[in-house]
Amino acid sequence: MKLIHTPHIDDADGFYEELVAAQRDMDDAQASRWLAKLVLLLANHVGDREVLAEAIALARANTLREPG
Amino acid sequence: MLSTYTYPEFPYRRSDGQARGQTLRHAVVVVGAGPIGLTAALALAARGVSVVVLDDNNTVSIGSRAVCYAKRPLEIWDRLGVGEGIAGRGIRWQVGKVFFHDDLVYRFDLLPEAGHKMPAMINLQQYHLEETLVQACHAHERVDLRWKHRLLSLQQEADHALLTVETPDGVFRMEADWVLACDGANSDTRRMVGAGFVGQHFQDRFLIADVVMKAAFPTERWFWFDPPFHRGQSVLLHKQCDDVWRIDFQLGWDADPEEEKKPERVLPRIRAMLGPDADFDLEWVSVYQFACRRIDRFRHGRVLFAGDAAHQVSPFGARGANTGVQDTDNLAWKLALVLQGRAPEALLDSYHDERAYAADDNLRASTRSTDFITPKSTTSRVLRDAVLELAAQEPFARQLVNSGRLSTPTPYLESALNTPADEAFAGAMAPGTPCADAAVEVDGRPRWLLELLGQGFVLLSFGPAALPAVAVGDVEARVLEVGRHLLDRAGDLGRRYDGQPGTVLLIRPDQHVAARWRRFDPSAIEAALRRCLALA
Repeated sequence: MKLIHTPHIDDADGFYEELVAAQRDMDDAQASRWLAKLVLLLANHVGDREVLAEAIALARANTLREPG
Repeated sequence: MLSTYTYPEFPYRRSDGQARGQTLRHAVVVVGAGPIGLTAALALAARGVSVVVLDDNNTVSIGSRAVCYAKRPLEIWDRLGVGEGIAGRGIRWQVGKVFFHDDLVYRFDLLPEAGHKMPAMINLQQYHLEETLVQACHAHERVDLRWKHRLLSLQQEADHALLTVETPDGVFRMEADWVLACDGANSDTRRMVGAGFVGQHFQDRFLIADVVMKAAFPTERWFWFDPPFHRGQSVLLHKQCDDVWRIDFQLGWDADPEEEKKPERVLPRIRAMLGPDADFDLEWVSVYQFACRRIDRFRHGRVLFAGDAAHQVSPFGARGANTGVQDTDNLAWKLALVLQGRAPEALLDSYHDERAYAADDNLRASTRSTDFITPKSTTSRVLRDAVLELAAQEPFARQLVNSGRLSTPTPYLESALNTPADEAFAGAMAPGTPCADAAVEVDGRPRWLLELLGQGFVLLSFGPAALPAVAVGDVEARVLEVGRHLLDRAGDLGRRYDGQPGTVLLIRPDQHVAARWRRFDPSAIEAALRRCLALA
């Protein structure tokens, strides 16, 4: 298990505000493309395939309400 | 419709067996005279095996069909004496461009490394390729190429197969020690032996148009995602020889294949792409859908499968014919040794192991490309479009753009024929890997390494070899010594093979590395050769 599960973001409230604000003036199609680009940029920054695989699996399990 | 090519008509001849009403036994019968069957026949004949090839037609491929041929198959054809002709006739290219909407988002260069005889990739219409291969088969005394011979049924016996064949003169029977089925994706032979052929069908249709024009496009592979002239779909443009251009339009699943083939439907699509004033002739049109599938076992008793009969891939990446040629290269030396009684039948099991491994590798690459080109859900389309938009300015995103990963040979890294190295090595030539070419010198003249390796087992030695050859039974691995038989003036050979003094590589007849050592140890070499012959 390499994915960090504990709080790790400096200024968590500020980050979340920025995340929501960034797509405020976009339509739904633009917002989904923006979200996808954000995922891709961060994935490239992380780089580690194991971490990425854990994150992909966790997000999926959490969405499908499977035991993660 | 074709204006640049006249289809040859090959003569049907009644065979002696049919004329005399005799059931003759043959060593190998190849079913299907497409690129794979013809290459298989040449490869077996080159190893001293007499081959009968059956084809139900009497001409070459209708339409250009397979277009791109990669370096590895060109090297294989070169060993069979037809590579220079094929490479010389084809169009060489190395740059690919990817467009999204109106914008160039990505440009790649196959960057062929210097010091290889064959180019990275050529484009050539399949009918030109087949015509060259047919000529070589007709000229070969050990190839009996029989047109208008259709296989009706096949019965497996303990040590041969019984074939029932129909010709214009009626039905007759023949026997074969081994049958090599190269009869394509819809293989009847596969059905006759009851082989499984499963995988994924893609809900999409593509229009292929061959267009003759004097166009200013450069000799590059151009791929458009969602261009203004063909909204919501992809388009691929490739140049072939004789000013023939291949255009491939994605149509979607709802398209009616019969309607879409009509010129009144095709011409407006091409005009939208090339502009209203473009001067072109439509030469050939086809609508296809595709699947990614693999046969369960490449060997069913006395029947061996190669090419599309064994695996079907999407066209993105040019992995169909290119993989099929490598199937035949893998099989020919093994089958020849087994037929000659110089290796056990167990060697043929490695044909399935190695080529199923390669087929799975190709199917994975081909499926990934297809999923990028045709996203299966709204969100995967969003991700795809995000990659394309990012790619124009962000280098990291370009590695994710997948308009087809072009065919490269699969190393047999997990093959039981390999002997793992005990010492550390740099470079790519691990056991199982296809040999890289290199420019070398022999008797003051420039030569290519792959030409010198030839058709048998070779010990490539980077130092004085203790023996001229090492043998197991009557199978011999002859020494090719760097510094004595050939000179490595440019140093490419030493770099590519990590050829420190004393290094020795055992190279298979299909020019894959089987083993490597840091010193010439005859007993280790003999053990590796035994393993490579499935004797260990």
